[in-house]
Amino acid sequence: MKITTLAMLAGGAALLASCATGPGATRSDAISMMKRDFKTQGIAGLDRLNQDKVQAACDQHGNNPPPDVVAALQKEQMAAIKWPADGKLVGDWKAGEKLAQNGRGMAWNDKGPVGGSCYNCHQIGPATTSFGTIGPSLYQFAKARGYSEGVQRYAYGKIYNAKAYNLCSQMPRFGHSNSLTEQQMKDLTALLMDPASPVNQ
Amino acid sequence: MRHALMAGLAAALAAAPGSQALAQMEDPVAAEFDRFRAVLEQDNPAELWEVKGEQLWNSPGGPKKASLEKCDLGLGPGVVKGAYTQMPRYFADVDRVMDAEARIVHCMITLQGFTYAELAKAPFSSATRTPDPVSIVTYVAAQSAGMKFAAPQNHPREKQTYALGKEIFFYRAGSYDFACASCHGVDGQRIRTQPLPNFTRPEKALAAVQGWPGYRMTGGVMHSLQWRLTDCFRQQRFPKPDYTSETLSALISYVTVNSNGQVYKGPGIKR
Repeated sequence: MKITTLAMLAGGAALLASCATGPGATRSDAISMMKRDFKTQGIAGLDRLNQDKVQAACDQHGNNPPPDVVAALQKEQMAAIKWPADGKLVGDWKAGEKLAQNGRGMAWNDKGPVGGSCYNCHQIGPATTSFGTIGPSLYQFAKARGYSEGVQRYAYGKIYNAKAYNLCSQMPRFGHSNSLTEQQMKDLTALLMDPASPVNQ
Repeated sequence: MRHALMAGLAAALAAAPGSQALAQMEDPVAAEFDRFRAVLEQDNPAELWEVKGEQLWNSPGGPKKASLEKCDLGLGPGVVKGAYTQMPRYFADVDRVMDAEARIVHCMITLQGFTYAELAKAPFSSATRTPDPVSIVTYVAAQSAGMKFAAPQNHPREKQTYALGKEIFFYRAGSYDFACASCHGVDGQRIRTQPLPNFTRPEKALAAVQGWPGYRMTGGVMHSLQWRLTDCFRQQRFPKPDYTSETLSALISYVTVNSNGQVYKGPGIKR
């Protein structure tokens, strides 16, 4: 076992000794190191360490890539949104409220339906005061913007893939990453868009 | 007293600010939690593990029945005082940068004859069990209480490790596109009611290392920085980093060096 440990340490030294120099070298070294040091745990496999084009562009440009890169990638992300086949964007706001409260899902040992984690970052319904402040307040979302189909589409699209609207947004891409189902995203849209939802009182 | 504080906490929650701008000014929820913690710190249960860790350090242990008194934490064999606040640092014998817990585990392997596999099998505390390295790192950390963080940046590998830690901190990936910086890269934010210090700023980075190792009120267990960062990766929806890996030492290096010059208060208490 000690030999294994030493071999592991030697492997690490070799990895770091082989570092290239110049810009970008540390980034690729950091990625190699993470791929060596991380192990699959539960549902979280090593594939999660691979960045897609959006993650890489935002990471490499300090979350502020050049405008042409932003435009091209946002267009691609927008085109990949799967809109509900039945054309209905608004589900049940009560189910949406439950989902918004649920911050579980996609981590190592998480089982069952994935939550929306919405209150982690946003103020939403007035009854919950333990909301996070990473994202903007969504209280009175439709009351302020109107109840039109255009606003419905904006709400659904933003939940599906926030990066289609704001490339380096901190918000997860719940539809794009297959974290939430179509029905769940409809219910969250309802929480924001239904005139009866506490959000719009 | 504690009851009154809890009532204050509830009042602060009820009066939570309605906008991001207000929350960034002064967060009454965070202020109440800080007061609550200050009261509990007067009788910190971490001292129990500090005592246990000291016994483990000084007593023969492992297959080789050796103590850890010859363990070199960077200031020479057996020197514990001031070692914690001067780590992570480069160790020539392993040709890598190690944080305190990684170094303690290394000493338990080389001096006492434990294997990495057995120490890494279940390295974090539960309600019924505190692994020995956690108790030992609590003891070692306590011997730096009141000292300023001074993680060295002299050796090229120390500089390189800091740079790697910074890259990892900003690396966005996984199901939710999260990096450490998603939550800890901006001032004045909270997740639910939990304040999220901006670790990229020196005066805020201290919050990443202050109070660790810490007695966590949730579950009533003693946890180290290794546990804290590993659990952050879980919440980040990443896979799991190896215990005492260079990835974790690099991240610990990033937040500790950012905190250099500020006073470490010793093992603390956490929510």
